[in-house]
Amino acid sequence: MRTKQFYMHGLAWTVLTCGIMAATIDSSAKKHADNGLTTYFSVQESKRTMTDSDGFIRRWLLLEPIEKPNRSNTVFTDSYLRDTFYTEYFPGQFSDFPKSGQKIKVGKQVLRWHALDSNLFNVKLFRFATGLDNPYYGVLFWAVTAIDCDEDITDIRMSVGSNSASMWWVNGEETLLLSGDRRMVMDDCTSKRITLKKGRNIIRGAIINGPGMSDFCVRFLHEDGTPVTNFTISTL
Amino acid sequence: MKLTGTRFLTIAAASFTAASISAQTGEPYIHDPSTIMKCDGKYYTFGTGGGGLISEDGYHWHAGGVRPGRGAAPDVLKIGDRYLIAYSATGGGLGGGHSGKVLTMWNKTLDPNSPDFEYSDPIEVAYSEENEDCDAIDPGMLLDPATGRLWLSYGTYFGFIRLVELDPSTGTRKEGNQPKDIAIDCEATDLIYRDGWYYLLGTHGTCCDGPNSTYNIVVGRSRNVEGPYLDNMGRDMLKGGGKMVASSGNRRAGAGHFGRYIEEEGVEKMSLHFEADFDRGGRSVLAVLPLLWKNDWPVAGDPFTEGTYEIESERRGYGLELAVDFIRMQGGMHRFWEPQTEPIVPLPDQKLEDVISSWPSGDIDVRIGDYMFRPHQKWTVTAVPDAGGYLGSPYYKITIEGTDRALCATADKEVSTVEHFSGTDEQLWRIEQLIDGTYRIMPKAIPGCEEELALVSVADSTPSLGKFDFSSDNSKWNFRKR
Repeated sequence: MRTKQFYMHGLAWTVLTCGIMAATIDSSAKKHADNGLTTYFSVQESKRTMTDSDGFIRRWLLLEPIEKPNRSNTVFTDSYLRDTFYTEYFPGQFSDFPKSGQKIKVGKQVLRWHALDSNLFNVKLFRFATGLDNPYYGVLFWAVTAIDCDEDITDIRMSVGSNSASMWWVNGEETLLLSGDRRMVMDDCTSKRITLKKGRNIIRGAIINGPGMSDFCVRFLHEDGTPVTNFTISTL
Repeated sequence: MKLTGTRFLTIAAASFTAASISAQTGEPYIHDPSTIMKCDGKYYTFGTGGGGLISEDGYHWHAGGVRPGRGAAPDVLKIGDRYLIAYSATGGGLGGGHSGKVLTMWNKTLDPNSPDFEYSDPIEVAYSEENEDCDAIDPGMLLDPATGRLWLSYGTYFGFIRLVELDPSTGTRKEGNQPKDIAIDCEATDLIYRDGWYYLLGTHGTCCDGPNSTYNIVVGRSRNVEGPYLDNMGRDMLKGGGKMVASSGNRRAGAGHFGRYIEEEGVEKMSLHFEADFDRGGRSVLAVLPLLWKNDWPVAGDPFTEGTYEIESERRGYGLELAVDFIRMQGGMHRFWEPQTEPIVPLPDQKLEDVISSWPSGDIDVRIGDYMFRPHQKWTVTAVPDAGGYLGSPYYKITIEGTDRALCATADKEVSTVEHFSGTDEQLWRIEQLIDGTYRIMPKAIPGCEEELALVSVADSTPSLGKFDFSSDNSKWNFRKR
């Protein structure tokens, strides 16, 4: 199992590296090649990790972007987003925990999940896309991670900032909708008080962007505003 | 409540007037106005795409400024006897490229009709590559009064806002200086300094979407010009932090591109543009608002609103009033130490017609007294847009509510009222909100006097005209609706 897990990580990174190499060969994408993913993301070197000191979750499974053309971010009304985010693009979208390297099909697109650690507190989706020579404007990203708790952590809030709009779920329950043409701001929106249960909790997010930068940051906050850090994070 | 046609029209007209006077007059059409500069008695600001606006009085603006190079969002700074202009040679863009250049150039004057008007060759001081997390456009400059060093910030929503140091004698980049990231995801940043704090102002929200633009100006501050710039919640602007300074309102949407203008100690204003002025068909316009400081944070004041007010002296809290007999009200007396059994009947306000016959004709002096919401204490403030203006606003007449009796400055540097407003300069008043939220009230002119004097309290109950002194509550007034 362990061998397989590491194999999957290695495969994912190989894919990323190949993406960069492909970009260097493809003259149309050459301008993005210098933005190597290594500036923004790292290979996962352990099975589990913790939050950073501010409580931000940096370990994620990211799906290569689904094409969702929008020339402007001003269309991201609540109703548009609910329609968009609750559309099923691939089987198991709201239930499965993907594996790194796993391929799925969305329309004519064949997309792959990548297990990555963000080098920054925020996850730079734009650079994830450009680094893989994927579409980076007019796209829909999916992000998934797992949080393992030794005990119930009660009365905490999920805190998210995203560029642009996004929706988030914890254990299948919708926790947040960030609508409109948004910039990524730390602690932009928080959920109602929730509980991270003892054992595994699945965090899922969908982030949509028209033109411009795209990224997100996620953490959990206690009632007094201090970050929740007493859990581990895994994409396995 | 059902509005009658007449009543509705009255409200609509009043709303339109209030909105209209809150904007600059003339043709104040601009996007990304640079910090307003005064040069040889005129005001100048430059915008995106080249060109700029000029104003003789700071209220009426027209096209005519000349700034070559086109590009986006310039800024201007006076250093010594020259003006340094920074601008970007490119326009950036959400869906476009991110290769950009910031350039600087000098001019001895901003007046395009002056024989001294000549821009120096532009010099590149910062750049961004196509694939950087930065757009090198939208420069803002600060000549640090604490150190004499010259700083320039630049960047957009696409990644980082960066800071570089320039040589204030040449406008070139300091040798060996490297850009430093100080924020993310802002547009049109500007740096200012006050009382040991450096403030980084940037624009968030949606640009360029007409009446739907959510542009708004936010701020973070630092004790070090190189950051970290934190907001009021302690959030770093590198993590998206920012405290609101100015946003949409008063029929104008999308506040962007901050610039600070200091009239004198205690009197500050901020320039900005609104993406859409609803009274001008949604065009992007220049705005000038009071700049207030609350707990060492800058915040935009509101445009002065016409209306009827108590004019309260900050010194004692008394109200400005006509020096006429206090007419006692009849009724409403109760033996409060005994049980009250009679039904409660509201008392009417004292009305102008109850007292005006007791007032003398001709000039009536003013004093400051206990505010009792009586007719001789209620002042109606009305803009006089055709009488010129000062930076950001028109002059106002100040009359007793329901009458034409107007506050005026007198030749002996005192203050009185005339029975009928005639529009002369001594009957016109400049009203400016101060950085602490109180107001300065100054006559446009004083007969036979060259001095600029303000309405002051020289005693608790005595108004006069005197030198404005921000450190004294004698110079400050409040407009209260009560």
